[in-house]
Amino acid sequence: MSQVTTQPSVEQPSVDQIWEWLDAVPDPEIPVISLVDLGIIRGVEWQGDTLVVAVTPTYSGCPATAIINLDIETALRDHGLDKIRLETKIAPAWTTDWMSEKGRAKLEEYGIAPPQAAGGPERCPNCHSKNVTRVSQFGSTPCKAHWRCQDCLEPFDYFKCI
Amino acid sequence: MAATLTKDEALFQFLLRMGDNTLILGHRVSEWCGHAPVLEEDIALANTALDLIGQTQMWLGLAAEVQGDEKSADDLAFLRDVWDFRNVLLVEVPNEDFGRTLMRQFLFDAWHSIQLGHLMTSSDDRIAAIAAKASKEVAYHLERSADTVVGLGDGTAESHGFMQAALDYLWPYVGEMFSSDDVDAAMVKAGIAPDPASLRADFDALVGRVLADATLNIPESTFAHKGGRTGAMHTEHLGHLLTHMQWLQRAYPGANW
Repeated sequence: MSQVTTQPSVEQPSVDQIWEWLDAVPDPEIPVISLVDLGIIRGVEWQGDTLVVAVTPTYSGCPATAIINLDIETALRDHGLDKIRLETKIAPAWTTDWMSEKGRAKLEEYGIAPPQAAGGPERCPNCHSKNVTRVSQFGSTPCKAHWRCQDCLEPFDYFKCI
Repeated sequence: MAATLTKDEALFQFLLRMGDNTLILGHRVSEWCGHAPVLEEDIALANTALDLIGQTQMWLGLAAEVQGDEKSADDLAFLRDVWDFRNVLLVEVPNEDFGRTLMRQFLFDAWHSIQLGHLMTSSDDRIAAIAAKASKEVAYHLERSADTVVGLGDGTAESHGFMQAALDYLWPYVGEMFSSDDVDAAMVKAGIAPDPASLRADFDALVGRVLADATLNIPESTFAHKGGRTGAMHTEHLGHLLTHMQWLQRAYPGANW
């Protein structure tokens, strides 16, 4: 293949700029946190004139995965990018350790207890009581469990630690 | 068969066994959706089914890739008939009652978690990656199914009776998970997967501990129904299951969205 020098029609946005754009794309199920907060964007790089974004699924059967890919593509197109390739990257497997501090704080503010290494919520996201009990290991989405506060008696979602 | 089985053919069979187990059990468990005894259990069952179907996409996706022919995971799931399925018989038996469903889940989860633990060090990186992903989900499945088996086994006289009956019914389906053939021999030789028989001691230790806590007695007979994982003979139940699962493709061939 011969080398052809072409003047790019628009300047390529920097990788940092793209991370910033992706940080504005909300998770479809928990819209208070972004896809970057969730830790599922595993890489952003230019390969020639194509932007390659590596995405990892949270749970292998999570129905939001297809919507997430669509949202990423839509957001990047809205910023004027047209050559985009999304790659699914399953290894290393997603872990809640990749969730950002900003994301964890926003989750709690929204009423979802953030993941804890101890395997259960640290406190009730509503009244902050530590007197909490598990109702069910599974909750409204694959990534959450169902807990209840024994003091304010409110049920709440706990983002499972995996 | 042994003389003509290439490594890719054996790998394809192995991947079908993994993916068909999760597909058929995922479908069975999904049959509870909207019917479980309490809302929390309904959600838990649906979540478990969802994880299993997600894992199926990875296993059958890789199987289709190994097979070539431009096939997809969907082709394998929806366009094969009974005789081409390679799941163990345990996962195709009907749900019956909630107790039997959870006992079946526990027996499968126990085997599954041990199997995936070994596959995480597979010489095939693709298999190791799927196993690492799936094992996180399966750890949750096992915790829940073991807790529920103990809760119901060591519960009321009535719940204990249901769980003992479930164990008595399902125990003859356990042995098949640990039977080996030339496909397994090829996987062991290539460092891809462990010999199923080698997982039995860990399984017996885990299951023995939980069932003792559940005050349930493991049947003495070691008789095992077999034929699912080799495809030699499935139970009559698989055909009925497929008529539901594959209904759309049978009624409207090639339909997609």
